[in-house]
Amino acid sequence: MKKTIIALLFFVLSTESAFSLIKVDITRGNLDPLPIAVSPLHIDSKSEDLKSLMDKKLGEEISKIIEKNFKSTGLFNPLKKDAFVQKPDIAHLKPRFEDWRLIKAQALITGKIVVKDKKLKVEFRLWDLTAAKEMLALSFTTTPTNWRRVAHIISDKIYERLTGETGYFDTRIIYVSEKGPKNQRVKKLAIMDQDGHGTKYLTLGNELVLTPRFNPTNQLVTYMSYFKNMPRVYLLDIETGIQEVVGNFPGMTFAPRFSPDGKKIIMSFAKDGNSDIYSMDMETRVVERITDHSAIDTSPSYSPDGKYICFNSDRSGLQQIYTMRSDGSQVKRITFGNGIYGTPVWSPRGDLIAFTKMRKGKFYIGVMRSDGTGERLLTENYYQEAPSWSPNGRVLIFYRETKSDSKGKGFTAKLWSIDITGYNERLVKTETDASDPSWSSLLSK
Amino acid sequence: MKFNSALKNFVLVLFSTLLISACSTAKKASVDTVDDVYTGTDTVEYLANGVPDRVFFATNKSSLTTRSRDTLRKQATYLRKNKDLTVTIEGHADERGTREYNLALGERRANAAKDYLMTYGVSGKRISVISYGKEKPINPASSPLAWSQNRRSVTIKAN
Repeated sequence: MKKTIIALLFFVLSTESAFSLIKVDITRGNLDPLPIAVSPLHIDSKSEDLKSLMDKKLGEEISKIIEKNFKSTGLFNPLKKDAFVQKPDIAHLKPRFEDWRLIKAQALITGKIVVKDKKLKVEFRLWDLTAAKEMLALSFTTTPTNWRRVAHIISDKIYERLTGETGYFDTRIIYVSEKGPKNQRVKKLAIMDQDGHGTKYLTLGNELVLTPRFNPTNQLVTYMSYFKNMPRVYLLDIETGIQEVVGNFPGMTFAPRFSPDGKKIIMSFAKDGNSDIYSMDMETRVVERITDHSAIDTSPSYSPDGKYICFNSDRSGLQQIYTMRSDGSQVKRITFGNGIYGTPVWSPRGDLIAFTKMRKGKFYIGVMRSDGTGERLLTENYYQEAPSWSPNGRVLIFYRETKSDSKGKGFTAKLWSIDITGYNERLVKTETDASDPSWSSLLSK
Repeated sequence: MKFNSALKNFVLVLFSTLLISACSTAKKASVDTVDDVYTGTDTVEYLANGVPDRVFFATNKSSLTTRSRDTLRKQATYLRKNKDLTVTIEGHADERGTREYNLALGERRANAAKDYLMTYGVSGKRISVISYGKEKPINPASSPLAWSQNRRSVTIKAN
């Protein structure tokens, strides 16, 4: 795996501090997506490797990635390029606002790329067409092979400027790739960019692997593996490929997740028919028992401040969601609705807990406040579970399975995403069938 | 009068025929599960003649039924006779639950079987358990019957 930390030089050319007229409200549904024009980035004629840049149509490719990102939010409507009225280089200097308004665009993105001293410099500007003003202008310098990431970072900056929220485009998804018949699935850890590009497989499929989750710096992954037929929680360094067992437990460990500071892994340990929650300090390797109950306690997830843990327990009879302080004190049941509840995951914003609900043969992905009030079910299906939050706490990714016939045919597992508004449900394309997605934090912070 | 009694007999015969056929259809519909627990033999294999390898569970439950206990006593007798044998008990869940909870549930089911074998004189040292949760269905269909066959713990010879 290539190094994920890439030095990005980051210049602020100028910023308009004045309030813009355009503001995209992302707290409600996408009934009226903002029409936006993304001009192909202009390639500077003074650039090194000019021919190769032209051949690769790098300027156009970057603009396409930005468009695709924006379209996927459901909040923006990128306009077709054949209606564009101005050449990229001229528009980037100063757009003729009235012309762009004519094609009903409200915002315009322009840019320029240049390669100098083997470094790629990408410059872009965001224009408010209604107010006839520049809203944002930034440039990034990086290695030329890194151009896709620059496109994602630009998308994040524009999203942030227009919505007031941090973006989630310069991120990755780790998941379990699935192949083969339902009763003989071959499962591998896979990682890809948030837009489905650049899939890499991190394990070979020789053993069953489940539930991968990133650490806060996205360098490490904790997951469960049946290596040597011993189901245990593992730690994988994505760069080096080195894997190790987490803790020295005499039985099955599962459902791992990092603490928000990355210093601990919290997980379940099953022994003699009872599963409880434990944490392990990454540095000292000291293991601490958090719950001690004869019921099943699993699927733990920390609050973003690390002070609380939400988890799943059947101590009341069937699966419900509970919260407690991170030392295991003050256990409180928070779900009382009809149905059973699993896989609680605390939002990175701290305000909500996402969950899976099962009721009358249907599966729901929902959110509620961390005290269990305000439950909202976002999507109903035959089978879906395991939500994971986008780093800005606005989108959930989860997996969905389809029904199979008497021979097991018709079974599929796919990743889906949905906004917490309940709008914008989307299939997340993967090379193979997929499950257990986990969303990274922003790669460049 | 005579005619009447003949008719009565006829009606009685007809009625009981109906009753029997009603019974047999009812029996057919419920032959494979009792109280949500699979009671058929379709997926069952045998450790030895007359010693079934698996027991079945109700949805979300890990309690042993009378029938399961009977099966496990047979396994215990067999294991006591074959003292060198060690076994692995695999615990499984159906596909209608969350993955992580199902792993815990499979472990609880396998241990329910292990505990019962130990009660009947099999040393715990001879038994290891492993849970596969919903990962290894024996019947890949999405039907109540398949799910009931998949909620199981299976005793497998390990040596």
